[in-house]
Amino acid sequence: MNRRLAAAGLSGLLIASLALTGCGQRNAEPTASGGGGGKKVAKIGLIAPLSGGLSAMGAGMRNSVDLAVKQANASNAIPGWELQFAAEDDQASPDAGKNAATKLTGDKDVIGVVGPLNSSVGQAIQPIFQSAGIPLVSPANTNPTLTKGADLSKPARAYSTYFRTCTTDDVQGPFAAKYLLSEGIKKVATINDKKAYGQGLATAFAKAFAEGGGTVVSEETINPDDKDFSAVVSKVKAAGPAAVYYGGEYPQAGPLSQQMKAAGLAIPLMGGDGIFDPAFIELAGSTSNGDLATSVGAPAESLDSAKAFVSAYAAAGYKEGYSAYGTYSYDAANAIIEALKVSLPSASSASAARSATVEALNKVKFAGASGQVAFNEFGDNTSRILTVYKVEGGAWKAAKTEDFQ
Amino acid sequence: MDLLIQQLINGLSLGALYALIAVGYTVVYGIVQLINFAHGEVFMMGAFGSYTTWMLMGSPTNLSIGVALGLVLPAMILGGVLVSVGTALLMERFAYRPLRNAPRLAPLISAIGLSIGLQEAVRLFYGQIPGFPDSRRAIPFPVIEGLTGRSIQVGGVTIQHSAIFTLGALLICAALLWWFVNKTRMGRAMQATSQDADTARLMGINVDKAIATAFAVGAALAAVAGVAHGLRYNNIDFQMGFMAGMKAFTAAVLGGIGNINGAVVGGLVLGIVEAMATTYIPGQFGSSAWKDVWAFAILILVLVFRPQGLLGAKVVDRA
Repeated sequence: MNRRLAAAGLSGLLIASLALTGCGQRNAEPTASGGGGGKKVAKIGLIAPLSGGLSAMGAGMRNSVDLAVKQANASNAIPGWELQFAAEDDQASPDAGKNAATKLTGDKDVIGVVGPLNSSVGQAIQPIFQSAGIPLVSPANTNPTLTKGADLSKPARAYSTYFRTCTTDDVQGPFAAKYLLSEGIKKVATINDKKAYGQGLATAFAKAFAEGGGTVVSEETINPDDKDFSAVVSKVKAAGPAAVYYGGEYPQAGPLSQQMKAAGLAIPLMGGDGIFDPAFIELAGSTSNGDLATSVGAPAESLDSAKAFVSAYAAAGYKEGYSAYGTYSYDAANAIIEALKVSLPSASSASAARSATVEALNKVKFAGASGQVAFNEFGDNTSRILTVYKVEGGAWKAAKTEDFQ
Repeated sequence: MDLLIQQLINGLSLGALYALIAVGYTVVYGIVQLINFAHGEVFMMGAFGSYTTWMLMGSPTNLSIGVALGLVLPAMILGGVLVSVGTALLMERFAYRPLRNAPRLAPLISAIGLSIGLQEAVRLFYGQIPGFPDSRRAIPFPVIEGLTGRSIQVGGVTIQHSAIFTLGALLICAALLWWFVNKTRMGRAMQATSQDADTARLMGINVDKAIATAFAVGAALAAVAGVAHGLRYNNIDFQMGFMAGMKAFTAAVLGGIGNINGAVVGGLVLGIVEAMATTYIPGQFGSSAWKDVWAFAILILVLVFRPQGLLGAKVVDRA
């Protein structure tokens, strides 16, 4: 009797968990509208972290691309074609990203993909898109080697199908260094999370900071799944820096900032676009005032082109905010759509138009939500506008915007 | 010198957190020889339970220190304990008891399944409760006035109130546990069951109840650890049990699995090794990213020379 009861309980649990996974997958499925009568179908994909610690950014990316696709359909941007949207979750992990990439490249209707968020995921899925000949436009990969190849002293385009709308760490790190030096801060400690993004950012920062006349008093690393930073904070505190530069993302940076201040290390923590999210302030708590972040582009609120995006996004009624990469995702999707305007009308099917789309992307030029969008010979965005943001009264406020060369 | 003392305190308070969780592994192993790999999730449920209690109280903020420490915090601890003890008892009843006489691997796989199931359940459903925050990402833990973010300065050493809370909680819990196991009827029944369950049953001991009590005791301590975690790190998330559970299990093995004092010592040693390795190992191997490597290296060394753990495992030989 007991056994049967337990078996019933267990199988109930099993069914419940199956139902759960079902739900989870449905959430990641496309949200685009149903088929239009008689039109040919082309799909724009998305690979982004839709679950896990970085899902705040991933959701903003998904919604922004969804918005661009809906707008293109509404304005009938490509006559005779209906665009659909297919979102896949990469859980911010290269392995899950590869699965998502394989799934999307295996779909004959997919003509272009926006994403991913993480440079480490980008690194893993570039070859998959290269061999499928499908353009991959990242709104957020900032590691310079993704476009210029492993040897940055002899840059050569690594993947002809890979583009990005954001600026890179070799610009962002030095920009942060210049800002701190201009604020009179001469001694910093760097901490990074050893991921492609964090390490690249911290290295580029440290190099530029030392060249600018500053001293890097301590270079530390942490594990991305750490919760307790007290030991590393005490070590950094003993070195006596005036600021900490963190290469990594907000799920660690928030708690790190909070633990720094609680341990009596009341100096600003500065990071890249990976910490530029309201979730950072939420996690870091009230002591995060004065913390800094650089992010690519001018503040969305200050650009005319961005205002249209912001109001359309608000009107669409998405549950999540557009987050740090919303404008870049929207621009990435629109870059693909611009290219499709050239490549699709004469094509017989989506898969036949893939190489023409890659070619057309190289020549795309338009005013996007984040600024001018055009790609150089490496697939990088030609615009190099950056902004420093500062936490003031529990919100990110723009402190300085500059066209950084 | 300040740095040494500072890191010792960092290590002790981190170790106290490990120890509180490790006791749950060791108590359960001691009585049924089962590694309850879902114990990390019991810890997570405790943290979410205390957060839920705070939400149900109307998410009170900006309280006076007296109300925060005298009323809100005890209520949160109680709520956390109720949730995690409930989780552990259900787990024991429906996932482990039917498998008690099955081959050893069956309950182990069952534990891993439970661990994944609980994480996913919190991830998917917690945020669906109206008014509750999205649980797919880290949730900021409530500010407890007088504890959160406060610290005492002793010379060059900073001692955070949350560290004192964690160490104090460990001391009190360890003392209560010692009293419970050695001085109460139920504690002695647990000891008897752990020595020989069949004979204990013949002597009129309710073995099922003794085993369930072991799960409940471990869960209660894990819930206290969950609150301590929230106070120290200011956030909780559905994955927090995984790494913490791993470390606590390591601590339990380091101290000698099945030995309650061993779990406490193992936790503290592990915490101190991590803090010291971060500071005192030079070069790139000394960085915080390598601290786990050193912690596990110590574990391997201890197990090579003392396979029974620092204080000796309590392994019952069954004929």
